[in-house]
Amino acid sequence: MTLELLVPLPVMLPLLGAGLNLAVWRHTRVQRVVTIAVLALMLTVGAILLVAADDGPLVIDLGGWAAPVGINLVADRLSALMITVSSAVLLCVFVYSVAQGVADGDDEAPLAIYHPTYLVLAAGVSNAFLTGDLFNLYVGFEILLAASYVLLTLGGTGARIRAGTIYVVVALVSSLLFLIALAMIYAATGTINMAQLAERMGDIDPGTRLVLELLLLLAFGIKAAIFPLSAWLPDSYPTAPAPVTAVFAGLLTKVGVYAIIRTETLLFPDDATNDLLMLAALLTMLVGILGAVAQDDIKRLLSFTLVSHIGYMIFGIALASQTGMTATVFYVAHHITVQTTLFLVVGLMERVGGTTSLARLGGLAKVAPLLAIVFFVPAMNLAGIPPLSGFLGKVGLLQGGVEQGTGLSYTLVVGGIVTSLLTLYALVKAWNKAFWQTPPQEVSPQRLPAGMVGSTIALVALGLSLTLVAGPLFSYAGRAADTLMDRQVYIDSVLVDDGRGQGRSPEVAEEKDGAPEAVEAP
Amino acid sequence: MIDTTPNVVLVVVIGVLFAAGVYLVLERSLSRVLLGTLLMGNGANLLFMVAGGRAGGAPLIGTTAPEDMTDPLPQAMVLTAIVISLGMIGFVMSMAYRSWQLNGHDEVQDDLEDRRVARKAAMNAPAYEDTDSEDSGQSLDDEAADQRDETVHDELDVAALTDPATPPRTEGPR
Repeated sequence: MTLELLVPLPVMLPLLGAGLNLAVWRHTRVQRVVTIAVLALMLTVGAILLVAADDGPLVIDLGGWAAPVGINLVADRLSALMITVSSAVLLCVFVYSVAQGVADGDDEAPLAIYHPTYLVLAAGVSNAFLTGDLFNLYVGFEILLAASYVLLTLGGTGARIRAGTIYVVVALVSSLLFLIALAMIYAATGTINMAQLAERMGDIDPGTRLVLELLLLLAFGIKAAIFPLSAWLPDSYPTAPAPVTAVFAGLLTKVGVYAIIRTETLLFPDDATNDLLMLAALLTMLVGILGAVAQDDIKRLLSFTLVSHIGYMIFGIALASQTGMTATVFYVAHHITVQTTLFLVVGLMERVGGTTSLARLGGLAKVAPLLAIVFFVPAMNLAGIPPLSGFLGKVGLLQGGVEQGTGLSYTLVVGGIVTSLLTLYALVKAWNKAFWQTPPQEVSPQRLPAGMVGSTIALVALGLSLTLVAGPLFSYAGRAADTLMDRQVYIDSVLVDDGRGQGRSPEVAEEKDGAPEAVEAP
Repeated sequence: MIDTTPNVVLVVVIGVLFAAGVYLVLERSLSRVLLGTLLMGNGANLLFMVAGGRAGGAPLIGTTAPEDMTDPLPQAMVLTAIVISLGMIGFVMSMAYRSWQLNGHDEVQDDLEDRRVARKAAMNAPAYEDTDSEDSGQSLDDEAADQRDETVHDELDVAALTDPATPPRTEGPR
């Protein structure tokens, strides 16, 4: 199938684009065109993969070596969905940031590295979503983390360096944990190919397996900001520029969640850590949302809701049932869109009101009525008001919890509902304070750049369209969950012919067939 | 078959590297944290070497018999990890330098939340009374004796009850 040749494109295109962007760094206009073209192409490829992967995982062996020997990229339903949603979000945020740059008049040289770095981030995210090899996942993580370090400390002001220090040190330590886990997995099983690992993990000692699982969970848990490991997030995200925060909030934590979904379903299908994950999910939801309620800065408030809602996805993973996984896949797609939108809207509010502090914002509804709607819709979506997609995802999760029927899962169902209500409370409070209270300082009407408003509205529309296509999307998520729960599909499509494939270079094969004695040592 | 028993020297070195690394990461200065992650990174790289089994010959067909070959994969992974950590070290060093330019030190600073909590506590300070540490005019010894010697309390209470001019005490003496 030639469609398999499309699989590496979401990784290659942005890297090529980044190189091109560096070559033409003097010409901002060219950079802009290149970046938008690359992201649009990524979105197209993602959409094609989304349709193609529905017939079964697409696998490509890089360098022509078959699975257990070479590195392979796999696009199954989950990966394709993630690639599509993330490239749509990346494109919208990019248009927003360009419009912001043009409006601020800083489209001259100093931030010429913004475009290539943004594309490298996109490449890292795609690589993490597509890879079928644990070490390549590490490389994908490092690519996106390196790009995120640069984006977070863009401009090198005092506040950003302070936030960046915490972020970078935490990320370095989590990468180190991942590396240690990789070394141990290799020592225990002798492979790092995920399909082959899935076969071999069952054979090793359960105690060793549990250690490996916990190490991986620890490394991914830091990246995904699960409760006891989430303290770094609300401190580092709010200082970055609005589009950067938006893309981080939407994508980076979801890459961690994706990695947890992938490893938990493929490598560790036994229920050893499910109770632990449930407890972590409960605490993530509740502690996160209580943090959000206490904030009076809207960017920090949103960072805390981000942490809180990661808990829902972990809940679905911990259920380890078809219903739970379906809801998680759906919820991830929904949350990427909605959380990104909210951060973009806050960027617009900051432009109009001059601040993100809820104590000093006010009266925005009079000045920018459109903004009130643009904030209200995704906010309600995040809180899970029916019939929006957030509601559907949460109902799916609660169904999964009730289906499970254990005491812990019922506790989580209650925790989920409480979190949802508290989210509603926090967001409505923010909406009231920002848009309706008497402004403490005079707000003057201000023209917002069309590109910024346009891309935000596009994302709001994307969030709403998830509601409109909820039926097909939910059944797609269901099929994705089927492939996740039935590991054999993945293993068979990666390890063709029991992993022999063309797992030898043609020369060796020829030599072996021709003269078997020639391989002897001298 | 290659013997997969790990080399004891390597294992001890890994342990020392990790111990020193963790110690340094807990320091407050960013350059020490960097040195700590460097040490731990090298420890992790050595761990890969241990994971690959005992050393053998070059993994080239025609040079080494297959059973004497060393495992090439961990070496490829370590090489990648070294290159990645080189890039990260470059970035952290530049960040430490920038921090030194801005603040005159490269310490990891208190995060925003810590400072907010401290500020809120300061704002609330006059709003509550700390009766325990308030100066009652008594010396600490007297106060302690007051608390312990119950007979004194009884006497006081009796005196209060017998004198109709003073209303009965409702709370314990202080």
